[in-house]
Amino acid sequence: MSTIALERSGSFRAGEMIRQFSIVLVFLLIVAFFSVASPYFMSWPNWLNLVRQSSINGILAIGVTFVILTKGIDLSVGSVMAISGMIAASLVTETNEHFVLIGILAGLAVGAGLGLVNGVLVAAIKVPPFVVTLGMLSVARGLTLIFSQGSPIPNLSDAYKWIGSGQVVYIPVPIIILFLVFIIGWVVLNYTTFGRYVYAVGGNEKAARTSGISTKVIVGATYVISGLLAGLAGLVLTARTTAALPQAGIGYELDAIAAVVIGGTSLAGGRGSLLGTLIGALIIGTINNGMDLMGVSSYYQQVLKGTIIVVAVIADQFRK
Amino acid sequence: MVNATEKIKVQTTAQSSSARVLLRAEGVEKSFNGVPALVDGRLTLKAGTVHALCGGNGAGKSTFLNIAMGLLRRDGGIVEIDGEQVDFKSAADALRHGIAIITQELSPVPEMTVAENLYLGREPKRLGVLIDFSQMRRDAQAFLDELGFEVDATRKMGELSLAQIQLVEIAKALSYRAHIVIMDEPTSAIGEHEVHVLFNALRKITARGSAIVYVSHKLTEIFEIADEYTVFRDGRFIETGNIKDIDRRHLVTQIVGREVKLVERGKPLEDAPILLSVSNLARGSHFRDISLDVASGEVVGIYGLLGSGRTEFLETIFGLHSPTGGEIVFDGGKVKPGSPKDAIQRGMAMVTEDRKDSGLVLSASIAHNITLSSLALMAISGFIRGDKERSAVQDMIVSQRIKSASPDVAVETLSGGNQQKVVLARCLLTNPKLLICDEPTRGIDEGSKQEIYAFLRDFAAKGNGVLVVSSEAPEIMQLSDRIAIFKQGQLVNVIDGAEASQQTLMDLAS
Repeated sequence: MSTIALERSGSFRAGEMIRQFSIVLVFLLIVAFFSVASPYFMSWPNWLNLVRQSSINGILAIGVTFVILTKGIDLSVGSVMAISGMIAASLVTETNEHFVLIGILAGLAVGAGLGLVNGVLVAAIKVPPFVVTLGMLSVARGLTLIFSQGSPIPNLSDAYKWIGSGQVVYIPVPIIILFLVFIIGWVVLNYTTFGRYVYAVGGNEKAARTSGISTKVIVGATYVISGLLAGLAGLVLTARTTAALPQAGIGYELDAIAAVVIGGTSLAGGRGSLLGTLIGALIIGTINNGMDLMGVSSYYQQVLKGTIIVVAVIADQFRK
Repeated sequence: MVNATEKIKVQTTAQSSSARVLLRAEGVEKSFNGVPALVDGRLTLKAGTVHALCGGNGAGKSTFLNIAMGLLRRDGGIVEIDGEQVDFKSAADALRHGIAIITQELSPVPEMTVAENLYLGREPKRLGVLIDFSQMRRDAQAFLDELGFEVDATRKMGELSLAQIQLVEIAKALSYRAHIVIMDEPTSAIGEHEVHVLFNALRKITARGSAIVYVSHKLTEIFEIADEYTVFRDGRFIETGNIKDIDRRHLVTQIVGREVKLVERGKPLEDAPILLSVSNLARGSHFRDISLDVASGEVVGIYGLLGSGRTEFLETIFGLHSPTGGEIVFDGGKVKPGSPKDAIQRGMAMVTEDRKDSGLVLSASIAHNITLSSLALMAISGFIRGDKERSAVQDMIVSQRIKSASPDVAVETLSGGNQQKVVLARCLLTNPKLLICDEPTRGIDEGSKQEIYAFLRDFAAKGNGVLVVSSEAPEIMQLSDRIAIFKQGQLVNVIDGAEASQQTLMDLAS
């Protein structure tokens, strides 16, 4: 009658399965379309290129997923990645070659630190996340411009550039970083108490508090994660472009949020998964790549991307 | 000057024919995907009566009412309004035939006045476009006065009490010339005093010849307000009659389908150790200077009207609010104020008043809700041990008799009674010595209620303590060894549960 053994402790449930299934289906349809439209699309080099292009957005989106799961939002990731990349780059130019590790750690620390500021303001002082991270978007961008005096930092050391353009067994390093981040994030969200609490706080903060969860710590920590991953994305970006640009990452927060939303994570909190986000990021990457191959102007690409985001949310509401 | 909308008027039904049948339903059937939800729905609603529709969860009440209101189409059977067969296609269709519903979730626009809400979508206009506010105010007030509802039409909805909002909703329904009003759990969110405001209003409208179908799990209310009753069980009509001809026990038996053994109060132990000791606890304007002990093996009930500080008091003990004065000592140790985490670690657990608002993560699965408070105990350096979690969940599902296809389904799909069992399971998994319960049976059917009473008594009998708030006097009397009475933020009296009567409780509390 009443009981069936639990299959697993992960977060898969019937509803979740359908959700993920439909997003995979959308992805396959888009892939099918472009493979018909452009013969080069399905080639191995193009796929490596596509995933590599998606990796920065993917890393950002994974961080933003944690925040959105708690019912928050992080608009600052584009600017945070710029300042992180800039500070890392300043330590790894050809003139001070041995500082690669220090540069990387500094970049990550700056990202996590700014995330912590976001987290404290949101969780402890109860300022709405939209306002806090909108402020941070501007502050971090300003800091980037001040720090760089408005000019790029070029001539990065070869060891550092490996992060952006190196390969391990034919696989580009950014892709490896993306998948490592995804796997760690997946394990954290599905197999740790912290991950469970993130879902609980987003689903019902009052109930989570009544259950003895330190909700402030959980919410704050998600902004630190988002900041940290924005820092990591900043490292990858500067290493790939071989220079830190003060205007790097403008508008990236929108693509990251789009990937999360297309991936089925609810802006109302408590529902969603990293797999959805990863596929969301790949969908955006595929559209950009496929339309480039077809020679569609990037102006039209923006229109289509915006349309897909809204359609994804509408489809999500219909499922409920 | 054009007045586009017609004035709303009180309907004048002939009062003489009190036995006139407004609504008659026979053999109403409805299945969902081949599963019958309603097999034989029957109801005969007479003008000028309040008719209680009773039944446990899954009895088919909601299905029946949804058919009566036009939200669902029936598969078979007869529904007649004023002797004429009807088959509503929508709620608007039902409203045209004079049937309106007042649901648990009221939908007023809080920033608008009472008059504006009454006339929403059909405002009297000047020159066809400008709203004639003064006429609207006058008409609305006249209408409310005529009904005898004490509500000021110029006040904002947001400033009214829940009972007054319901009065406005009823007035709105009547203004659409509804003469059959369906009320689904109308008192689930309002205090005992307000219940009387509502009941007085109901008597006024039945005196005009309208009829009310009243659905509530609170039997005390049914015996107070209803004239007639009908019982459904497992989708079938069971019995109908005059409420005066039966007693509470008979009604419970009909609803549950078997003799229900009422839970006996245990004998309080002499010199049992004190589990919880609260001294001079205060929190701002909510309550002040309250001292109360709970001994092990004891159930202490708190009775008070809405706004007496009873809920705030419980929540402060559990750490959901920080006290402004006083001290809480539990099991020999001082409790850290404002920390539910500390309270849980010391051995308290709380069942909050509103499951959906603060008790459950509705989007999460049954399993995840059950282990939410004790997850740290099932994890090694933050990693959840799946095997431990599974077996803990399985044990709780069996011991609490949670009915569900799988522990992985979201709790939002469960019935109220089952949801409450999930909350209890979560609390019990932390091995608490004190259970704090705020309205533990709110919105739960009679069979499940008795299970919860039995459970709480049993829990105390094992040497634990229970602190329970309830606004139902019979419930508190049945459960408690001692009853603390709260009034306007103060503890006015503590009386022995065995000596209490409904009348003394009400007199002391109001």
